[in-house]
Amino acid sequence: MDIHEYQAKEILSGYGIPVPVGGLAYSPEQAVYRTAEIGGEVWVVKAQIHSGARGRAGGIKVCKTEEEVSQAADELLGKKLITHQTGPQGKICNRLYIEAGCNIDREIYLAFVLDRAKERVTVIASAAGGMEIEELAVKKPDSIIRVAVEPAVGMQAFQAREVAFALGLDKSQINQAVTTLLGCYRAMRDLDATMVEINPLVVTKEGHLLAVDAKMSFDDNALFRHPNIAELRDKSQEDLREMRAADRGLSYVGLNGNIGCIINGAGLAMASMDMIQHAGGEPANFMDIGGGASPERTMKAFNLVLSDPNVETILVNIFAGINRCDWIAEGVVHAVQKIDLKVPLVVRLSGTNVEAGRKIIADSGLPIIPANTLKEAADKAVAAWKQATGK
Amino acid sequence: MAILLDKNTKVIVQGFTGQIGTFHATEMIEYGTNIVGGVTPGKGGTKHLDRPVFNTMKEAVAATGANASIVFIPPPFAADGIMEAADAGIKFCVAITDGIPAQDMIRVKRYMRRYKKEERMVLTGPNCAGSISPGKCMMGIMPGHIYMEGPVGVVGRSGTLGYEAASQMKELGIGISTSVGIGGDPINGSSFRDHLELFEQDPETRCVIMIGEIGGPQEAEAALFAKENMKKPVIGYIAGLSAPKNRRMGHAGAIISATGESAAEKVVILQECGVTVVTNPSAFGETVQKVLSRKS
Repeated sequence: MDIHEYQAKEILSGYGIPVPVGGLAYSPEQAVYRTAEIGGEVWVVKAQIHSGARGRAGGIKVCKTEEEVSQAADELLGKKLITHQTGPQGKICNRLYIEAGCNIDREIYLAFVLDRAKERVTVIASAAGGMEIEELAVKKPDSIIRVAVEPAVGMQAFQAREVAFALGLDKSQINQAVTTLLGCYRAMRDLDATMVEINPLVVTKEGHLLAVDAKMSFDDNALFRHPNIAELRDKSQEDLREMRAADRGLSYVGLNGNIGCIINGAGLAMASMDMIQHAGGEPANFMDIGGGASPERTMKAFNLVLSDPNVETILVNIFAGINRCDWIAEGVVHAVQKIDLKVPLVVRLSGTNVEAGRKIIADSGLPIIPANTLKEAADKAVAAWKQATGK
Repeated sequence: MAILLDKNTKVIVQGFTGQIGTFHATEMIEYGTNIVGGVTPGKGGTKHLDRPVFNTMKEAVAATGANASIVFIPPPFAADGIMEAADAGIKFCVAITDGIPAQDMIRVKRYMRRYKKEERMVLTGPNCAGSISPGKCMMGIMPGHIYMEGPVGVVGRSGTLGYEAASQMKELGIGISTSVGIGGDPINGSSFRDHLELFEQDPETRCVIMIGEIGGPQEAEAALFAKENMKKPVIGYIAGLSAPKNRRMGHAGAIISATGESAAEKVVILQECGVTVVTNPSAFGETVQKVLSRKS
């Protein structure tokens, strides 16, 4: 689960990380009010969306007067911002964070990630801040500092010092950096975060460290023990269909193609999508309906896939292990009868009770195209799509 | 022969008396797996499915001589159960549970390192369908009847995609020595590489098929291992060619978040390491058949 910048800053501030003074605003009036609260002469109006690279998308505006703040707020609220992380549909900005500006001397990149190769939390830092990590990895790979944290004892002060010195910080800044690094690690460990990123961590002209941007992601599997974090979920930042799916215990990812997929198991779902591409089509979605696919669940899956207007054919591919093909077949027949399906449907069943399942499909009298193998299923789905759409 | 589990494997079910534990324990017993008992804290001294229930893993091992366990414990408590198994001297543990926090698994992995390598438990999963040595022993939630005994080692992340591969092989009369599920989580008990090493040493296994997917470095690491250390041919498939970047595809670990983690990139690495790549997921059976006939 992702959270907003202002939420991450509030959390990190509690762990001793220095952040600029700021406040939330839902309207231009509130934004102006915040400037009075914050004081100073320069304010930054920041769109709160779950994405990086907001600056390049026009989501961050530096303002010097109240009028400018009001104008920036008016422009950003309700706007869809499109970054390379949001995809072409963009993300809507409903909240603004108004923050005190600062005099930047230099920018540092700092992140804590779950390192899958090392199976540990790893600190990634670079003296060349401001850029994204992938850009850094290409343009300045030598500038990247990596330190893995031993999970039994946690991050040690010497490790934080090593990073701080390697970043070339002035000796007066070393202690601030150590506090920041150890604080980020504790936040990550205590709250089951999967990522903490401060980019940039700024050294001001006055010589202070300041987390000017902050991002945190959390392990969905651990939210049960962090109700305060779970509350920070902002559903307006999530894809509507994916959210609906997750709330119904289905796993769904929307894609750009026309062939809707209903499949059991994540691996088989990905493989079926690959197979559709191999057959000359494009999948409209990833979907794993999971183990115990009851008729209700199958119905929900159909409704969800059909809520995508681009879907022009549906492929159901079930390899029944714990499931039974006859149950799945009943669910499919029931769903098709209820929904009044207008697009071609290919159903491939395999595994436990397959004969009974195939018989139910065949006896239903519905225009369901049966398939026996994965290849046949993909070929038939693409052929049916071509025939139905004339593409 | 097979790897990890066979006729001599004595299995304890952790989370024995729960609904899921009961259902799958019954299936495993029917398949012929030697389930010697189970553990559910607080229900020690009772009987379930005609087998003794214990409060702790240590008691269970002492009373039954069990050397393996399968975990159906709910996610908040599963990591604890895995560490309990390791501490009780279990040699092979299958964690079926889906949804264990990643940092719990980091702690589990760190904890297991306190035992000498020779004594260390082999953990597969979490979030896997389990493992099966056809005709000998099944520790998992798979439909046992789709697996045939034979010379091919299988190791994969996904349950149903593994079933797909097994049934394509059965269709062509090709059997399996052992099929190992390592699970779809980002931090898992053992990796592709670990099991390639075991299959290389197993006299019954003639070739190995590795069924990977997007995300993480394990498939590439295994391919490098195969290139440098294996005589037996390795066949590989990477699911998710059509998966976009930074989107989680069902499995917690199936997300392309760094260079080298996409299916296309992994396929190139596999090919460079001499792994025979299955070009599409309907070709598992025929690819294995080709490799086997080439060998003999």
